[in-house]
This record gives sequence, C-alpha cells and structure tokens, in this order.
Amino acid sequence: MLQLSLAERATTEGADGPARAMALRIVADTARMLGAARLVPIASAHIDGCLYHGDSGTLFAERLVADGGAIAVPTTLNVGALDLLHAGRVRLEPARAAMARRQMDAYRALGCRPTWTCAPYQAGHRPALGQHVAWGESNAVVFCNSVLGARTERYGDFLDICAALSGRAPETGLHLDDNRRATLAVDCSALDDRLVNEEAFWPVLGAWLGSAANGRVAAFAGLRDGIDEDRLKAMGAAAASSGAVGLFHIAGVTPEDPRLAPDHDSIRLTGEMLHDARDRLSTTKVRAGEAIDAVAVGSPHFSLEEFCRLFALLRGRKLAIPFYVCTGRHTLDALQAAGLSQGLADSGLTVIADTCIVVTPILAPGTGLLLTNSGKFAHYVRPNTGCDVLYGSLSDCAETAVAGRLVRDEALWR
Amino acid sequence: MTPLLPGRAEGRVLKLPRLSLWGGVDPATGRLTDPTLPHVGESVGGRVLMIAEPVGSSSSSAILLELLHAGNAPAAIVLGRADAIVGLGILVAREMGWPTIPLAIIPPRDQARITDGAVLAVR
Repeated sequence: MLQLSLAERATTEGADGPARAMALRIVADTARMLGAARLVPIASAHIDGCLYHGDSGTLFAERLVADGGAIAVPTTLNVGALDLLHAGRVRLEPARAAMARRQMDAYRALGCRPTWTCAPYQAGHRPALGQHVAWGESNAVVFCNSVLGARTERYGDFLDICAALSGRAPETGLHLDDNRRATLAVDCSALDDRLVNEEAFWPVLGAWLGSAANGRVAAFAGLRDGIDEDRLKAMGAAAASSGAVGLFHIAGVTPEDPRLAPDHDSIRLTGEMLHDARDRLSTTKVRAGEAIDAVAVGSPHFSLEEFCRLFALLRGRKLAIPFYVCTGRHTLDALQAAGLSQGLADSGLTVIADTCIVVTPILAPGTGLLLTNSGKFAHYVRPNTGCDVLYGSLSDCAETAVAGRLVRDEALWR
Repeated sequence: MTPLLPGRAEGRVLKLPRLSLWGGVDPATGRLTDPTLPHVGESVGGRVLMIAEPVGSSSSSAILLELLHAGNAPAAIVLGRADAIVGLGILVAREMGWPTIPLAIIPPRDQARITDGAVLAVR
C-alpha cells in the first residue's frame, strides 16, 4: 500500500500547481500499480518521451507546459523525430514534422536540456554510484544501472517527465537492493579470448543476454577488466532491445559488487550459444560479394572515440553506398574541438544528429538491405523501416561501404 | 486474473509470447509489425491483447497512448507480469480525459490454458 508524505499528498491535490499535481498523480498511480510502498526522491532524469509517435505525445507535453510545468531536477532529453542541425535529412511529412517540432519545443519549455541523445551518459549526464534517478530509453537505463551504478527502473515515456517535474519515482524494482542482486551467474571463461577482444562480440553478448535473461539480473564472470565504455554501451543496448534487461554486472568491471542471490541460476556460456545470438541479429542470409544498399551505425549514438576508429578504418577512401552515422550534438562539438570537423565533412559519411534512422524516416527510398554493427539497429531496422538487416563489425561496415558489396570477416565466428 | 488498472472489457484474445509495443505495433493503424511474431499484419484494435513477456522499449507507453487517443487500442491488455511501461499509457490517457482500457495480470502458466482467439472478459 503506497504511503505518500503530507507534502506529496498536497502536491497531488494541486498545492504546487496543476502540472506538478498531474505529474505526481501519474508517478503515484504507477507506484500503486507496481506495489511500491513509497516514492523515492530522485537526483536527475532523462526523458525519452520527446520522440514523436503521434499527436497524443505532443498534446500531453503541451498540457504540462500550459499548466505551468517546470522540471524539479536536472534533466536531459533523448532523441526527437527531427535532425535540427541538418535540414532535409528527415523525410517526415510537413504536418507530422510540425507536430514533432512542437513536441521537442514543449520539452525545452519545461526546462529540460536539449541534448537530443540516447547516450546522455556520454554527454555529461553521469549520476553517481548509488544515486536514485529516473531515466527513460532502455539503453540509457541499462547503462545507468550497470556501468554507472546509479539506480533507475526501466521507466516508460511520460513517467520520465512526470518524475522530472515532481522529483519523485516509485520506490520499486531496481531502486531496491534486493532486486539488484544477480539471479543468473554467467561463466564466460570458456570463450575464446580473440572473440572476446573483438568489438563485434559485445552486441552479440548483449543480444544473447536479452534472449536468455527472462527477467533475471546477470552477473558475468571470466571477462577481463579494461572493457571500454563503448563496448558496454553496445552490449547494454543489444540486451535491452532484445529483452527487458535493465541491469547486468560484470565482475571486476561494473562498479557494484555483483552479489549472487541464494537461489541463482548458473550458465556456462559457449561459442555456439553466441553464434546463434549473432545469427538472430540478421534478418536475411547474404553471401560475401552481394550488393548492400546502405550502412548504418550509431545506436546508441556514436561517440568521439567511435568516430576516430571509423576514420582509421576508412583511411579517407571513397564510399560506394550511403553510410549513416547517428550521433549527438555533444559528439559533433567534441569533433570540432578536436579539429576533426573538416575530416568528417570530407569523409562522405551521412551524419544524423539529434535523432536516428529507426525512429523517423531517413533512409533513402529503395533501401532494402542494410549492414550495421549495432545490436539495437539489428533489432529495430526491420520492423521500423521495412529494410532487411545484416550484422557485422565496424570494420565490416567500413569495408562494405567502400566496396558497395558485402565484405564480412567470418573467421572469428567459426 | 489480477487487475492492475480498472475497467471492464470483453474481446477475442490475441496471444503473443512477447511484445514490445514500440517496434511491434504501428501506432497509426494498430497493426502488428514484428515479422518474428505470430499475427503479424493483424490489428490489435478491439482485441484482448495477451502478452506473456512484455519486452523492450520505453516508448511502448507512447505507442499505447497514441492507440488510445486515435481509437485503435486493444479492448484490454493482459500481461504475464506487472510492467511499469505498458500501464503508463493508460494512466496518462486517463489524466488527459481520453478513453482508457483495463490492464490485468495473468501469469504465463495460466495464460497457457487460454486459447488464442477465445472470447475473454477482463475486469
């Protein structure tokens, strides 16, 4: 039975204005639905609800603005449906584009930072170990919980902004110690080191986790330290999109002590299990040398380090097919500060900022087969764009874009 | 059956082993779009949508709100376990004064005894 404080009860009845009242009522009703005993004060929020899916989301955000809503904690924004930096990239029909713009404007008017990125944790929004926050966007949630060790449940659109306006979240799920204990021990010691050292291994590990977790929190053992953040980002995104994963632990890597629940399950991971997970990241079978229409990377949004790796792989070569790179404006600023803006302009890459290819129409008409290194794109390209998708490494993406035909290093996966 | 959000509805059951509403349902039409799932191409409108394992995106609440606002929503939703994301679309619709639907829990074990296409009352 949910207990609200006197101040919280007054807020729901309008003491702090109608917007905060509606926001806290929605937070409290969600808490009741989940069986929470209390609400927990939060330190920050990340909002996924600024993406246009139809007029209802715009009307909701504008209601909060009209009712005098303002955020109570520092808040960043996930992608919108428009690329505000590159006019013409998004082919949304004018009426829908106008509603999408109104929705983005409404979230700014509530006081949120216009970061427009699904990787807010690489745009300076990094809550501390143990801090309670309310984040939307499934990859951001799993990164926040796992890599930063802050605490958020997997919040849906609208609860995120309601938590930001009210400064409260339901005290349930991954906010609570007991639910953060590992219930699935995954032994990785049998995996080939060469495979584990490959960047392309991590989205596949995530996809395997998403399909195997079944609501359990995994603790991985037998993976060496020194895994870079972009790999953990890719793993989490793949896990969250293929299953309801909100938290994982890696012994010696992630900051929280991966305590095992007494009744945990155990799995010894093998190469074969990962081969199956890799195969599920492609929607069709294509032989090396066959034509590919486009390459897309950057889900979650590409970082400065990922751009540098891609530039090194391309070595200034001309691209034969469109190569979409989705990123945040924080990374474009970092590229400029590093003196790499001209190199980016000369590279022939199609940069998408503030949004990405699976949430709004961007891909050129006639694109039927796409190669990606992202486990999240691999999951959502087919349902959201109708294109078939193949999964490969960043190196495969670079070589394929130069050749215009599939070049994929299969040796690793034999 | 454990009610999560109140309401009364009846409809033919549309069973899915798992579903992310975002990426799985076209918000403009209510049609199922995930090619890896049964019933792809069918509309969720007016059905009792029974999902054993709700998965994936935090945008699923936005898809449900859009379905409710545009009149393409299921008659009711039944989940295998409580999920913070699906119910939110219904809560926000209620606050906005738009139509709402009941949400209930039936554990996957009990869902297995309900036939796809059978008429089910949710309250």
